[in-house]
Amino acid sequence: MPRELRFREALRAAMIEEMERDPMVLLLGEEVGHYQGAYKVTEGMLERFGPKRVIDTPIAESGFAGLAIGAAMAGLRPIVEFMTWNFSAVAFDQIVNNAAKIRQMSGGQLHVPIVFRAPNGSARQVGSQHSHAMEHFYAHVPGLKCVAPATPADAYGLMKSAIRDDNPVLIFESETLYSAKGEVPEGDFSVPLGEARVAREGKDVTLVAWSRAVHVCLEAAQKLAHEGVEAEVIDLRSLRPLDERALVASVSKTHRAVVVYEGWAYGGVGAEIVDRVQRLAFDELDAPVERVGFLDCPMPYNAELEQLVLPNPPRVLEAVRRAAYAR
Amino acid sequence: MTTSADDTLLPLYRQMFLIRRVEEESARAYAQGKIGGFLHLYIGQESVAVGACAALTKDDYVIGTYRDHGIALARGMSAKALMAELYGKEPGCSKGLGGSMHLFDAKNRMLGGYGIVGGHIPLATGTAFASKYRDERNVTLCFFGEGSVPIGDFHEALSLAALWKLPAIFICENNEFSMGTPLARTLSVEDITLKAAGYGIASDRFFAADVLEVRERIGQAVTRARETWEPTLIEVRTYRFRGHSMSDPGKYRTKEEVEERKAKDPLFNARQALLKAGHEEAVKALEAEVEAEVQEAVEFADKAPQPGRELLESTVYVGPFAR
Repeated sequence: MPRELRFREALRAAMIEEMERDPMVLLLGEEVGHYQGAYKVTEGMLERFGPKRVIDTPIAESGFAGLAIGAAMAGLRPIVEFMTWNFSAVAFDQIVNNAAKIRQMSGGQLHVPIVFRAPNGSARQVGSQHSHAMEHFYAHVPGLKCVAPATPADAYGLMKSAIRDDNPVLIFESETLYSAKGEVPEGDFSVPLGEARVAREGKDVTLVAWSRAVHVCLEAAQKLAHEGVEAEVIDLRSLRPLDERALVASVSKTHRAVVVYEGWAYGGVGAEIVDRVQRLAFDELDAPVERVGFLDCPMPYNAELEQLVLPNPPRVLEAVRRAAYAR
Repeated sequence: MTTSADDTLLPLYRQMFLIRRVEEESARAYAQGKIGGFLHLYIGQESVAVGACAALTKDDYVIGTYRDHGIALARGMSAKALMAELYGKEPGCSKGLGGSMHLFDAKNRMLGGYGIVGGHIPLATGTAFASKYRDERNVTLCFFGEGSVPIGDFHEALSLAALWKLPAIFICENNEFSMGTPLARTLSVEDITLKAAGYGIASDRFFAADVLEVRERIGQAVTRARETWEPTLIEVRTYRFRGHSMSDPGKYRTKEEVEERKAKDPLFNARQALLKAGHEEAVKALEAEVEAEVQEAVEFADKAPQPGRELLESTVYVGPFAR
């Protein structure tokens, strides 16, 4: 029997179950305990596990990220919550130079089983410094794994896989999805890292997305259906490893693709997907692969301008028309 | 300054002498083009790593900067594994993938040398956290230079270690220069241990002239950490006789200054004390032994195989490569 959970509840359920299973798993971050989580993801966890395993940190991202990496080197399995991924920028060195490289620098002697998680991307008028899509910076780095769930079921299943993985895994959540409800299968299940999901089947064009943008694509696909265009929506779920086979399989069917995501188009995961599609499925393509990301500017505060900068269904429709050579 | 000889000085002198000779030979190999990249020598600072590690048990953790050869050897890494790593060879401690700046020896709980100044200090707070979390009575020694003191990670790591009472000993090896810049131009307050007061932790400050004193003073902090979890900040005043790295001719200090400091060499102090105490034969025997060990290490490194390209991917992730 599936249960209906909100996205934040699914994340929490997975963390609680893993902490009950393995005493080496612990949670730390700003406001995760007494405050019950800045976005209430960790509500009740302090009461359940006590202050030894649910740890409020001072505002010192580099310090506590590095501390958690050191603890993981010594055999613990920390889950680090950043209040948002934006704030991980001051811990970038710890994640990129330590978490990602320690196994290689040590010739494979050490490894770093750690999870970093936080809300990511836009969150309604929070301005330029709080609206970064940080996955593009991190997915670039060998040594890290990056996932970005769009549904409560995947939030649960990917969290389970992330905690059990012996490598650093970064989970990119979305504040805008935390209250979204969805069915989560009962019992202990996990979603493997590196497997995409077909969120909607279609034959005319492939929309590739992750996290919040999956919902933008599903909305766009509904509108397209009214025009007689059947869009297939691929929810990548994992950005590294990236499910090339799912991309090739879908494009081989539709022959057209649009990549839709939060973040600037210059470089980044979107560019990586376009490269893989053109390289691995060149003969299948009937049109250049299109991209819909943030417009190329820091996120504006103004609500109307913010909506303009974000990927939205009208912009997805325009891109689909370009990919279909339609006017 | 003289060193008082007791029965434990002989093995400590042996370690210091081994480090000195390994460093001299690695400088030679670097000049011959057999070692690439950066090479930061520990010559002059040996008494710090040797005295500090002598205060530990085998289960304690040690972590350091890119100037890590001395720490690795003091923690028990073989000269062969170290030299092979400098040569970038497969039997090197990090399979030739780390190099001089990234010596790792998990078996001896030497958790690495790190190339980003200050970036490893939070890691040390983390291994200390793990020890306390599991209620193990291990401590972590973290080595860094005074050049790490201005950067944020030093302060965040000390702040957390103090806040959560973590058994870490932060050892600032103050060799007076951050690369070519003297302390007076990098820090507003010369006494680094005054930072400890701000975090409410214990501190100590002394010269590294006597390896036995280093062991004794750091041993006090180790005992405190083991018994009470309390961290300590220690400033050990030392001096490197060579440049920051092999590419540094050291024009920021005078020949006279360097010569004056060389005359106070802690390694020489230890040797003199041993001779005075009648250990001449033992000293000569161990020096010959070390000489052979170092020559063997150099030959071993020279002849050792190159790492294969299969290591490129297999060392990055546990399990399949994520692409």
